[in-house]
Amino acid sequence: MSTPFRTPSGGRIDRATTVEFTFEGQTLTGHPGDTLASALLANGRHQVATSIKLGRPRGIAAAWAEDPGGLVQIEEPFPEPMLLASTVELSDGLVAHGLPGQGRLADVPDSARYDAVHHHVDVLVVGAGPAGLAAALTAARAGARVALVDEQSEAGGSLLSGTERLDDAPALQWVAAAVAELAASPEVLHLQRTTAFGSYDDGFVLALERRTDHLGAAAPKHVSRQRVWRIRARAIVVATGAHERPVVFADNDRPGIMLAGAARTFLHRYGVLPGRDAVVFTTNDSAYDAALDLHRAGVQVQAVVDARPEGSPRRREDCELAGIRVLSGAVVTGTQGVERVTHALVAPFADGEVGASTAIGCDLLLVSGGWNPAVHLYSQARGRLRYDDALGAFVPGEDLDGLSVTGSAAGVLDLPGCLADGQRRARAALTALAIPPAGEDRLPAAPEPAVPAAPLVLWRVPDTSGADGSTSFVDLQRDATVADIARAVGAGLRSIEHVKRYTTIGTAHDQGKTSGVLTSGITAELLGIPVQDTGTTTFRPPYTPVAFAALAGRDRGRLFDPERVTALHEWHVAAGAVFEDVGQWKRPRHYPQPGEDMAAAVLRECAAARTGVGILDGSTLGKIDVQGADAAVLLDRLYTNLMSSLKVGSVRYGVMCGVDGMVIDDGTVLRLAEDRFLVLTTTGGAAKVLDWMEEWVQTEWPDLRVHCTSVTEQWVTFPVVGPRSRDVIGAVFPDVDVTNEAFPFMTWRDTTLDGVPVRLARISFSGELAYEVYVNPWYAIAVWQRLLEAGRPYGITPYGTETMHVLRAEKGYPIIGQDTDGTVSPHDLGMAWAVSKKKPDFVGKRSFARVENQNPLRKQLVGLLPVDRETVLPEGSQIVEFLADGQLPPPPVPMLGHVTSSYRSAELARPFALALVRGGRERIGETVHVPLNGTLVPVEVTGSVLVDPEGARRDG
Amino acid sequence: MQLIACPWCGPREEVEFSYGGQAHVPYPDSPAELSDEEWAHYVFFRDNTKGRFAERWNHNAGCRRWFNAIRDTTTYRFESVYRLDDPKPVTP
Ligand SMILES: [Zn+2]
Repeated sequence: MSTPFRTPSGGRIDRATTVEFTFEGQTLTGHPGDTLASALLANGRHQVATSIKLGRPRGIAAAWAEDPGGLVQIEEPFPEPMLLASTVELSDGLVAHGLPGQGRLADVPDSARYDAVHHHVDVLVVGAGPAGLAAALTAARAGARVALVDEQSEAGGSLLSGTERLDDAPALQWVAAAVAELAASPEVLHLQRTTAFGSYDDGFVLALERRTDHLGAAAPKHVSRQRVWRIRARAIVVATGAHERPVVFADNDRPGIMLAGAARTFLHRYGVLPGRDAVVFTTNDSAYDAALDLHRAGVQVQAVVDARPEGSPRRREDCELAGIRVLSGAVVTGTQGVERVTHALVAPFADGEVGASTAIGCDLLLVSGGWNPAVHLYSQARGRLRYDDALGAFVPGEDLDGLSVTGSAAGVLDLPGCLADGQRRARAALTALAIPPAGEDRLPAAPEPAVPAAPLVLWRVPDTSGADGSTSFVDLQRDATVADIARAVGAGLRSIEHVKRYTTIGTAHDQGKTSGVLTSGITAELLGIPVQDTGTTTFRPPYTPVAFAALAGRDRGRLFDPERVTALHEWHVAAGAVFEDVGQWKRPRHYPQPGEDMAAAVLRECAAARTGVGILDGSTLGKIDVQGADAAVLLDRLYTNLMSSLKVGSVRYGVMCGVDGMVIDDGTVLRLAEDRFLVLTTTGGAAKVLDWMEEWVQTEWPDLRVHCTSVTEQWVTFPVVGPRSRDVIGAVFPDVDVTNEAFPFMTWRDTTLDGVPVRLARISFSGELAYEVYVNPWYAIAVWQRLLEAGRPYGITPYGTETMHVLRAEKGYPIIGQDTDGTVSPHDLGMAWAVSKKKPDFVGKRSFARVENQNPLRKQLVGLLPVDRETVLPEGSQIVEFLADGQLPPPPVPMLGHVTSSYRSAELARPFALALVRGGRERIGETVHVPLNGTLVPVEVTGSVLVDPEGARRDG
Repeated sequence: MQLIACPWCGPREEVEFSYGGQAHVPYPDSPAELSDEEWAHYVFFRDNTKGRFAERWNHNAGCRRWFNAIRDTTTYRFESVYRLDDPKPVTP
């Protein structure tokens, strides 16, 4: 297969190997070292896609990430949308097609691996062009710990695109020697195919390494596809180069129109001629290199169109020697062609006026409007930009602490200048780090550059008669034009950020790499203000798109968040438990039997606990061991009730409030010794309560002799619940006298089972006679099975969290965080009994006395019984009341409160709910309404305790 | 992501820390003797300083210790960290 636009020799491609790829269904060939873009061009293919809004043909317009045209979807080896043909390295079997602005995500899971690595260095150099290599060598030679990252497949930067010479040899020989020297330096990490995409505080840079993308289907499975490097650098040298800037003119978007520098890259790096007949349109000297190089490679350069009145006398001479026509004081005003440019319309240009145009036939139109330093990383680090009038570009305006910019990213556009500047910046960074520079740190000898003729800053070619700027594209990806900017300015927008959002310029895939500064320039021109005053839009990470899969790394699926399971997890799984997430814990929600749904299972489990015996895995309960001579003092200050009076061997329920007097957690406290308590917290509140205790001990009461330690995972907890629980506990622990007299409610006892220490506590979260069994997790399954065995005669029934919730709600026990929301005091919960009147102070006490907290119309916890005995009110439902005349008040209807917990009760044989209701306790006996599905459900307000309000069952 | 210098552990990643609000707001000696307004000032009112601000921080995913810091709220930069029993540094 012939690739008609491949040069006979040269380039960085492996001509000995041919790879096959498919584009838009057509099988084509290329070589390793090609990008998809260079391979397409080698096959004579410029058009890649059509544009998103207007459907205009679009092609490859640049050779790297700044390309606004060549957007593709990859199908093989793995579907991936929105990549640039110019940055996709060619691999055998690649299948791709062009995209009109929007891609398609894969509908199969990505089986590739992604990972992340942390790395710490003295000096991070971003960019391995001449300035970056010089900086990295200087830092490495001084013995500093260095990282050098560069987004291309090989080092060299702009040297890969040209014919420069260093030390009297091709510059790439110096690049190879520099890379070898860095490889031999033990403290240097050198990564290619690695894009530093974000710079953050304190020298933190994120970089994406594409490790196997270029290998295509041959990528080894065990190597991560992409890796995010999380680099912390004491000093950063940004050597990210510059992007060539186009000039805007009518119909500047046709395939075959590209940046002049890109054509040079395709020629020298990939051995590709991007056309046969070229017109070069420029405002500066750099595009002459492209014209002359293409001419030497056999391209007919029809004309160099230089907008400057005098052009460049020196470069004109070069062109005349080569026989290239130069039209100074001329511009390209438009183009012809449909799927490919066929003519450039060239007109004289003087004093801002455009004359009559002539069509020059061409299949390639190269454009250069100057160079924009790639200041993204500097700007992300909050560096201020300064508009440089001569360059027509924004350059770094100040030195940042720990971050400096060098080379063409800093506006230095000649090779010896870049080398010297890279070395100088690295030396300054070393000095700041107090690392002495190496004695020997030679730069390669570069030919003295000719002084270029001053560039002209030209954002756009003025409209010729009849043109309105509606085909003068500023952002090709968004189909946004000069006319759109004019409309934005006409609508009164002044801020460049507003213009961006009005026109959508710079919001596409390329984030305005070529369009951003043009927009600033054109906006300033239309407003008649200096470009410095419009400024640029904010540069935000990422510099180039990063796949979510790469950012997620290994934190996906089961590794997304830690999963905590109890010692009985396998048993629960085998028993067919349906799990729910409670914080990070996996807890059995219910254990359905064949044919049961959750409602049926829960009714069965509840009935067992209320009439026989049930058992729960309550191991997730938070447990904090509070020890020390002042342990009781601490608990007295943090709980609303008195803990110091608790006897060793006893248990007390306690409520904890914030300083605002609102409940933050509740639970029971076991006194283990005079100077030791075991504090039980809610499952979700365990970490927060430990934090809370430590905060007070450290920040307010450092004199207290007390230590708090989480022991949640050191004990499993099995509540054995129901009227037959005493029989079960008595059978399993024969050494314990389980009578009420010997082992009363709210006490605990230690015992042993076959020599294993076990703690039993008479704590009930259901209102039933109940014993909590505590044991070391190693013995969890053995103890659990003995309890099940002993309970078999009584039909012992394992139950899950749903049944636990129904049982506690029937008793009016609130769940902090479900029945409360941070605005609920113990009094609102009807727990004034748990608030000590004896203690002079405790956290929250003073707030209880605030006038607002005495308001009888505060929301209070009450029970609700739907009058129809049928409706299970959705949790979160609002509650309203009728006026005296039986009508709803006019809108907005006042809300009395909301349903916090709602279940179907086996015991009550009807649904019920808990709710926070304004002045709720005063409303007991009233009927209020809950809006539901367009109707109003009447509900009776009751006390919060609906089952066994006398508490007769707790002793069995 | 910033580095925060824990007085006990040295510079660590920001994600290891949690913010604890304004520093040097001691729990009142006798809350019962305060008016509702005075008490509300302790509970709810904090300075909203632009510039240097004395703050409490907790190295909760590290040594779990609380400490104080002077941080510039306009630049986020930490100017100094100090232990709870150290006096508030005099800032220029
Ligand atoms: Zn620490």
